[in-house]
Amino acid sequence: MSTQLPSVGKPIDRVDGRLKVTGKARFAAEFNPPGLVHGVLVQSTIAKGRVAEIDTAAAEKLPGVVAVLTHKNAPKLKEVPPNPRSGSSQSPGTEFQLQDDRVRYFGQNVALVLADTLERAQDAAARVKVRYEKEAHATDPTAALDKAVPPKSDRKDEPAAVARGDFDTAFAAAPVRIDATFTTAQENHNPMEPHATVAVWDGPKVTVYDATQYVSGVQESVAAALDVGRDDVRVVCLFTGGGFGCKGNTWPHVILAAAAARHVGRPVKLALTRQQMFTSVGYRPFTSQRVRLGATKDGTLAAVSLSGVNPVARYGEFTELVGSVARMMYAAPAIAVATRVIPLDVQVPTYMRAPGESTGSLAFEVAVDEMAYAVGLDPLEFRLKNHADTHPTEDKPWSSKSLKECYRIGAEKFGWAKRDPKPGAMRDGRLLVGYGMASSTYPVHLFPAKARVTLAADGTATVESGTQDLGTGSYTIFTQVAAEILGLPVEKVRCRIGDSTLPRAGVSGGSSTAGSVGSAVRAAAEELRDKLVALATADAKSPLKGLKPEAVVVADGRLVAKDDATRGEAYTAILARAGKKPVTGEGELKQDRAKKFDSHAFGAIFAEVGVDPDFGTARVRRMFGAFAAGRILNAKTTRSQYIGGMIFGIGTALLEHTVTDHRTGLIVTREFADYLVPVNADAPAVDAVIVPEEDPHTNGVGTKGVGEIGNVGSAAAVANAVFHATGKRVRDFPITLDKLL
Amino acid sequence: MTPFDYTRAEGSAAAVKQVSGSAKATFLGGGTCLIDLMKLHVENHDLLVDITPLPLDRIEATAGGGVRIGANVRNSELAHDATIYKNYPALSEALLSGASPQLRNMATVGGNLMQRTRCPYFRNGFSPCNKREPKSGCAAKDGYNRSHAVLGVSEHCIATHPSDMCVALIAFDAVVKTHGPKGERAIPITDFHLVPGDTPDRETVLEHGELITAVELPAAPWAMRSHYLKVRDRASYEFALASAAVALEVVDGVIKTARVALGGVATKPWRAADAEKSLVGQKPGAPAFAATAEMATKGVAPRQFNGFKVALVRRVIVRALETVAAMK
Repeated sequence: MSTQLPSVGKPIDRVDGRLKVTGKARFAAEFNPPGLVHGVLVQSTIAKGRVAEIDTAAAEKLPGVVAVLTHKNAPKLKEVPPNPRSGSSQSPGTEFQLQDDRVRYFGQNVALVLADTLERAQDAAARVKVRYEKEAHATDPTAALDKAVPPKSDRKDEPAAVARGDFDTAFAAAPVRIDATFTTAQENHNPMEPHATVAVWDGPKVTVYDATQYVSGVQESVAAALDVGRDDVRVVCLFTGGGFGCKGNTWPHVILAAAAARHVGRPVKLALTRQQMFTSVGYRPFTSQRVRLGATKDGTLAAVSLSGVNPVARYGEFTELVGSVARMMYAAPAIAVATRVIPLDVQVPTYMRAPGESTGSLAFEVAVDEMAYAVGLDPLEFRLKNHADTHPTEDKPWSSKSLKECYRIGAEKFGWAKRDPKPGAMRDGRLLVGYGMASSTYPVHLFPAKARVTLAADGTATVESGTQDLGTGSYTIFTQVAAEILGLPVEKVRCRIGDSTLPRAGVSGGSSTAGSVGSAVRAAAEELRDKLVALATADAKSPLKGLKPEAVVVADGRLVAKDDATRGEAYTAILARAGKKPVTGEGELKQDRAKKFDSHAFGAIFAEVGVDPDFGTARVRRMFGAFAAGRILNAKTTRSQYIGGMIFGIGTALLEHTVTDHRTGLIVTREFADYLVPVNADAPAVDAVIVPEEDPHTNGVGTKGVGEIGNVGSAAAVANAVFHATGKRVRDFPITLDKLL
Repeated sequence: MTPFDYTRAEGSAAAVKQVSGSAKATFLGGGTCLIDLMKLHVENHDLLVDITPLPLDRIEATAGGGVRIGANVRNSELAHDATIYKNYPALSEALLSGASPQLRNMATVGGNLMQRTRCPYFRNGFSPCNKREPKSGCAAKDGYNRSHAVLGVSEHCIATHPSDMCVALIAFDAVVKTHGPKGERAIPITDFHLVPGDTPDRETVLEHGELITAVELPAAPWAMRSHYLKVRDRASYEFALASAAVALEVVDGVIKTARVALGGVATKPWRAADAEKSLVGQKPGAPAFAATAEMATKGVAPRQFNGFKVALVRRVIVRALETVAAMK
């Protein structure tokens, strides 16, 4: 069997597309078990202090109200232990929700109202009266930059500080230097589907329907917090309406829903409102980043440093690893990166699409652009000149790298050569036009994953894994992988995921799912195929009897002799003789612990903006990305991920900004009229191309991951285009019109 | 939301009687603003009288050569009406620059006149807000006030009036027709909305239970040369940071009639009457437009985060006037 998967990669439509557009795909909030009660959360309107008084009488009196849970009467919760891999809790902050009278951040849950209809629960929640005793709080990281400390939860595999060479000496000696400080704004993920949980108990067992990127993570968290066995918790998530990272953790409302359902003896549905999405499920933290670059006059990088800070909660940490791009993107003899954290009275931040890489590449790739101007080189030429042929701080070769090809193809398709190097020189009528670009990269992450593939007597196969599809296309690609190995048309393969009773898999985060679960699916399908081959070649009634296994190949639902396609038989015939019992193969991701290589996907993003000089409005006119990310399992869903990631970056560069009123800790921007994400008119012509790449070292299917790379460098490309258009370098993001007036 | 009763109006008089008879009753049009605020518990009503069944959905010519627009006409219908498009283009442009197609298909003209501010402190339901809860204070004044007003503000409220449509209407001297408990009346739109003063909770001159039945646009041949220009952070689907509805009538190279109305920067749809007067008798061009823009922003009171609006709205005025001056 060849290692190639020749027909995997086809741009087939999503196998779940029809279900979704016809409304038949059931999302978490659409499960309505009999006896359901609806939960509505009441959240704190102060940042720090205590609940001095909470009056629930008016709420409890309303018809249909089943219970009002507060710290006075809520069931006790256990702390969820830290995840051994990440060192931080999978369910941060759960341990104090409705457990004591302390308020630790704005929007902390202080009551959960349960009623027989959603409307009654909402009405009752509005009648819960809370009197707070406020205490002095600190929520503004810019006022506490001097309080930054090294993170406690530093990880060996992803350290917050990395140094190679002597940066200080190299920087001091460099004839050309850039020293600039950037800030990136707090962002909230805001997937289209807000979080929702439905918890149904049956004796000691609970089924949790949850909008999540991690069914087995929710299973572990619920089991730990409610002190029940892991196998007593079943988590189901058939479809997810996007996540971008906020559905990676098991946030407190999930635990509260399950605890409340046990407490009142009825199923509970708890869906967050859009406003609560800004206070309940983490966020991408504000960052401040100082970037220092030193170069020779001819534009060779000699010293690279990026040191950043981000706010964290006093009760929980999350480090936005802003140095992750600066430490590996370009060759330089001296590189030093570090991230520190500022504990504040805020909710804990979390992973958001390319955490660290997104924010870090914005500051770093803008600083690189500044250096290119400083040494008088075209920004693309500067990057080519400083191309890192090996990993500059790990001293390892890349398992594969096609960045130069991405630059070449991207520049050609975008028309980079038409760029007038002088800022402010290009115009279209009144508009100032600018071209900008940035490099893009994302590391290959893998998480343990298992899968099972079963062939039924009717010749159809079922792929099963306890992973989940957060909207990216997991159902489709695993169907394709299994179909490929088994030689079946995709219509004859069914994919079942999103259920913790299926073979265990990890979080759908870090662009890891295709590679991790894909490898497991491939291994399972291969085991299944080998079993079929063994059955046939050992069976006197089979035309394949006596052939060596390696002399048999799959073709269109059949096994045939490799050298004679007419000699063979259908799977249905093999199974019919074997008693019509289904045949199953199992597989898991095999990780190469030795790690002789470092694996990253790479890309190049180009942007054209138009800026109205009178109004300061910067609009993206077109964007083009070229990405090489190993083997592509589905060209259509991959392109969607690339352009989606790039549009995400438009938001970061120009629009998105969660605002806190630091007088009270209030999150001011709590709805889509105030928290602006790009609409279609902001992303008129965004396209991406797949740069072909084969990498035998990444995992069993040769992928590198495509979900996040489109977001890395995208905001920087836009920001660099704004500079090129206007000659004005804005270093505090987003670049709203007031900064260009 | 809190529970409420819903009834469909069976006639204007009956609807007025129903709403005026109950302190917490109100009219329901397209519901795009009202229902939203009820879900947020910012507005709580015990009775909604749905007026959309009433025959107030026509756009018709008036005897005087103007247009009468029924209160129930949907925003999208008005925007695409051939007469409006041709004779009052700034009104079409204003409507089409607002919200999204889905919302415009629901929102009515009467409802748009009653649209409430997007001040986040007003909408969150708990911050001090004199508009939502009189005498509780104003969290926006010293808070995050980037979207807030610089004109028509008071110590008690700096909330921006959000409507695009009203800015065009005020440029065209629209008249709001109502049917109230005390009978019918016609209110010039300049008098319809109130600046906050010390009663920001009172936003219009309407009495409780007074129903908007129509908006009349007087004949205005010069309105054919009008334009609505809106500037915002996002390319679409956002409220204005600054906008202007302008019109110019130029006779023999000299401005005879001018209109300058502003949105996104004031506590009510803002007519810059002095600025208009300063244009009359002038030659259209950069010097006159710049002076007008300066005059239109006299008395601005910017706060910490919205100071940029002063320069921005001046540039919007100039650009809008330049655009109209260049029209054939």
